[in-house]
Amino acid sequence: MSDTPALALEHISKNFGGLRVARDVSLILPVGARHALIGPNGAGKTTLVHMVSGLLAPSAGTIRLGGVDITQMAAERRVGLGLARTFQISSLFPHLTVAENIGLAFEAKHGLDRRLWGNTANHAEIVDGAAALLQKLGLLELAARRIVDLPYGQRRLVEIALVLALEPKTLLLDEPAAGLAAAERGALLDLLLRMPEGLSILVIEHDMSLVFRLAQRITVLVEGAILTEGTVAEIRGDARVRDIYLGTRHHG
Amino acid sequence: MAGFSATVVALLIDGIAYGMILFLMSVGLTITLGVMRIANLAHCGFAMIGGYAAFALVSSAHIGLFAALPVAIIGTMLFGALLERSVYRWVYTTGQLGQILMTLGLVFIFAASANLLFGSDLHAVALPGWLSENWDWGTIAISAYRSFIILVSVALAAVCWVILEFTDFGAKLRAAVDNPRMARCIGIDVPRVFSITFSVGCGLAAAAGVLGTQIMPLEPWYALEYLVPLLMVVAVGGLGSLKGSFYAALTLGIIDTFGRYYLPAIGAFVIYLAVVGLLLWRPQGVFARAST
Amino acid sequence: MSERVDERAVAIARAGFARHGVSWVDLIPVLAAVLVYFFLGRYLPLATQVMIQIVFALSLDLALGYGGIDSLGHVAFFGMGAYVAGLFAMHVTTQPVLGLCVAAVAGALTGLLTGPLVLRTRGLTVVMLTLAVATMLQQLANANAMKPITGGADGLFGFEVAPLFGLFPFDLYGHTAYWYAFGVVVVVFIICKLVVNSPFGLAIRGIRENPVRMRMLGVNVTARLVTLYCISGALAAVAGGLSAQITRLVGLDSLAFLLSGNALVMLILGGTGSLYGAIIGATIFVVLSDRAAAIDPFNWLFAVGAVLILAVRFAPKGVVGLIEDAVQRQRARRSS
Repeated sequence: MSDTPALALEHISKNFGGLRVARDVSLILPVGARHALIGPNGAGKTTLVHMVSGLLAPSAGTIRLGGVDITQMAAERRVGLGLARTFQISSLFPHLTVAENIGLAFEAKHGLDRRLWGNTANHAEIVDGAAALLQKLGLLELAARRIVDLPYGQRRLVEIALVLALEPKTLLLDEPAAGLAAAERGALLDLLLRMPEGLSILVIEHDMSLVFRLAQRITVLVEGAILTEGTVAEIRGDARVRDIYLGTRHHG
Repeated sequence: MAGFSATVVALLIDGIAYGMILFLMSVGLTITLGVMRIANLAHCGFAMIGGYAAFALVSSAHIGLFAALPVAIIGTMLFGALLERSVYRWVYTTGQLGQILMTLGLVFIFAASANLLFGSDLHAVALPGWLSENWDWGTIAISAYRSFIILVSVALAAVCWVILEFTDFGAKLRAAVDNPRMARCIGIDVPRVFSITFSVGCGLAAAAGVLGTQIMPLEPWYALEYLVPLLMVVAVGGLGSLKGSFYAALTLGIIDTFGRYYLPAIGAFVIYLAVVGLLLWRPQGVFARAST
Repeated sequence: MSERVDERAVAIARAGFARHGVSWVDLIPVLAAVLVYFFLGRYLPLATQVMIQIVFALSLDLALGYGGIDSLGHVAFFGMGAYVAGLFAMHVTTQPVLGLCVAAVAGALTGLLTGPLVLRTRGLTVVMLTLAVATMLQQLANANAMKPITGGADGLFGFEVAPLFGLFPFDLYGHTAYWYAFGVVVVVFIICKLVVNSPFGLAIRGIRENPVRMRMLGVNVTARLVTLYCISGALAAVAGGLSAQITRLVGLDSLAFLLSGNALVMLILGGTGSLYGAIIGATIFVVLSDRAAAIDPFNWLFAVGAVLILAVRFAPKGVVGLIEDAVQRQRARRSS
């Protein structure tokens, strides 16, 4: 059993002109861990996820995925190493059907996106994979519906199905519960709790009930820097964190 | 040796004059592309309209170049404002393809109109006598016309720069160019700033069209003829950067003129090689400011 | 996937994948071609022109309609194919089919050379660069250094084209040319269908819908786009080669922007992203422009310009879009 963490951020900093969006952020995500990243809006949480997934380059620091230094690596190659992410606003293929969306993930996973011959619908890796996953997640009836025709809550679930199709080792979830109604949040939490054990998850969330039920450890980010980090119990008991969320202190 | 330096000076002046015309035309386009991200393929058409308007005034109403110039500029500005408020508004939300197709339609209509009104022959605005001369400096002959172009262009560029740097409107425009979304958030009426700038851009293009007719003659397909050189100036200069277009226009004008003269085997092709090289080196524009 | 998958689930999932198979609709153009041959024999040359432009429009639809590559310079491939086919007939062999194959390779190579440069970024740069590349080729063809090869402003002419398959000579009335062009249209259309239906085709649609998400699935977006660009370029070059072989003339106008512009008009008339739109749009445009341009070429331009502006505003999805909307309304009415 290796001690190499699934994901390691080492002294990550990011500057946009004069604006320091991330300041010396370090974080370790062990294999199989459930780690939450919380903090007020504008704290820089999504920026961190962008840097880990490769859409943004850090100004300083190192990112390691399963021990491999991915700081300069292209985003596409990081996915090949087992990294997957969701977006704050669901990032799907709007005019394609749910089946096609999931199918694309399977296509990419099996390297079939280069294949110029044969009908897509005749490829077992794509269709069977999509069928099995959709059935497992209870989304099968939606297979022929286009994303634009689906309500927001269902789109969020489809996006999670999409990333699961990649069979990732490390999953980054950017506010998965945002915009969901209470019942939908329940379904989402259910889904997240049933994720494979070997999968390491880093989730950004504002919904504290979801965070406290899902996460083992929590990192609190404020204005780009880490305020504190600890277990769920420690963070719940931390007065500073309560202040931030209840606003008893003012931040400039 | 004297002959050589005379040639070089003449080519230099030719190149700078050509570059200045391109610069005046590019101001409107670089703002359109940089601020509103509108692919406006019809921009050169406004230069053509200004040119033809001046030509019509000078040849039929017997007004001199200097009187026709402001009339042509203002007329084109009004026409540009009219189009902006109508057909351009239609395509702000259609995405790039819609803009390309609409502005292409405008190009076709401009070309058809020009042919209808003026025929397919090349035309140029007649110059007053003293502008057609060459000033002699020893063995070096300097074209008065081209010098005039350079002077007027630099003056206009200076006016633009002053407005941009020292006025309220200029500050708003710079903010809108830097970050349109942020500018809107802090209360700048970006669409209105853009409407005004679009109009002014059309006016400057018209000025370029009028001044440049001796080296860039008017013909129905004028808009397409000079679209690619203009796009190259804007690309090399960096979208939205006026200073960038200034230097890019100068550079490309000089490279093109020297290239055609010294490498006649490939002539017009030289400038393309240069631009490809420059864009490969710095895809965001050679003269663009470092993005924040 | 080691577990056995539920057959019913697979069937439901499979229904979610769009299939663009061959259907009875595809027989309409075939029927039209046959009818034209037998009943509108006077118009064979015009119909042949329509078919050449159908091939060109199909190639552009692949790149633009499916791939979202806003190419303003597709004439570069057309012209490349025309010149290569002409030179091939002049200097190597007059076998027409071989000439088209060589033209296709030339088109694909042009795509391979310019694609990585042009497709690195999306948006405005693609427009500029494709236009610049096409203009560059046009300047090159006219350059003094290239005049011995391209013939400069005079172009290439006087080359022969051998009988098709050694059996059917190209006659003055254009019978062979007509069926030759038709055969090419069929082959090109089938190739387009294959590409669109393939997993690659789905990936291209994905790239067009959301390129960032495709990257986040691990797909090399630029590489896929370059492949599409090469295929599209090859097909456009085939159109050019076909034109060269049928008219036996290749001039600088094979590289004129007007051809790119016309193809765009065809696509907006017919509708992008459906292949049928390319066929419909090309047919409408070539027939109309032939009739109208005979009367007055420049005033025809007025009409084209107006059509473009109005179509963008009122019918951006073209004829195919109007048909689809009508079908949708019918379905809605039937179910309510």
